[in-house]
Amino acid sequence: MHIPDGFLDAKTLATTAAISAAAVGYGLKKANEELGDKQVPLLGVTAAFIFAAQMLNFPVAGGTSGHFLGAFLAAVLLGPWLSCLTISVVLFVQMLIFADGGLLALGANVFNMGVIGGILAYYIFMAIKSSLPKTRFGFLGAVAVTSWLSVVIASAACALELALSGTSPLNIALPAMVGVHTLIGIGEAIITTVVVGVVINVRPDLVKIYGQEGISGTKTAGGVVGGQ
Amino acid sequence: MANNMKKFILVALITSFVLAIFLSPFASSSPDGLEKVAEDKGFLSRAEGAEVWESSPIPDYAIPGLGEGAIATGAAGLAGVAITFVLGYGLAKLLEKKEVA
Repeated sequence: MHIPDGFLDAKTLATTAAISAAAVGYGLKKANEELGDKQVPLLGVTAAFIFAAQMLNFPVAGGTSGHFLGAFLAAVLLGPWLSCLTISVVLFVQMLIFADGGLLALGANVFNMGVIGGILAYYIFMAIKSSLPKTRFGFLGAVAVTSWLSVVIASAACALELALSGTSPLNIALPAMVGVHTLIGIGEAIITTVVVGVVINVRPDLVKIYGQEGISGTKTAGGVVGGQ
Repeated sequence: MANNMKKFILVALITSFVLAIFLSPFASSSPDGLEKVAEDKGFLSRAEGAEVWESSPIPDYAIPGLGEGAIATGAAGLAGVAITFVLGYGLAKLLEKKEVA
């Protein structure tokens, strides 16, 4: 859903760019405070993986294709603010080198995919996760639901911008955008859940929010200690 | 950095290269969600001639001069993965938490 130049008007471009700039700025500040040894290559390879996966358009109904977004995957691996930073790197390269997404629309694209699809989705995820069982299955279930939702809410934000710009009325743009992204989101959910599933198998320490609540395959140590 | 971290990053990076180089030529060329909506709802033409940045070296994910086939697309994928990795890594390296001296 990379918006090209020409779709959005000046006020919508300026508003979304201002919010995105603030989010990226905060991400840079957070990076300065918490980016450790491990996250440096992880951020690089997450950006590279997202770029690669975004090239792989898969067909959805009616002569339409969709591709992976990856903002929520990045949020699971790097946290919400570094996720927005990572998506911004990808969108910048796509715009500058590959003519995908407009230069003036870069702020709007960062807003839809990085702020809504990454940061907002992360906080929705934390709410969904807390209402599900604290198991591997519950965690991956929350990942699946949120990754689907991240694409749907990003597409809704895009529709809202099109409407505010006078490009397409909300009652036309919103159902059309959300409708097709309901399907594209299924692809997002499959890819994100598989990747997160693999990472928590091989490197559970890289998914900080997985370990936070003491999820593990075995009972807590308390029972063992109590038996001694 | 621990060795198994290096291994993880290497495997993930190689996977990204493989996807971008060898799988991208098989990607669907149908319009994506937004493009299709723009086409159906009649506002796609607003983007025509509206490009502000027109000097992209690899427009449409195909390296110019290599035709429109798998080689042009795969080479674009190779370039894109390399550039995003270097840029992401470089940015992160610049921002890395400084150890207290």
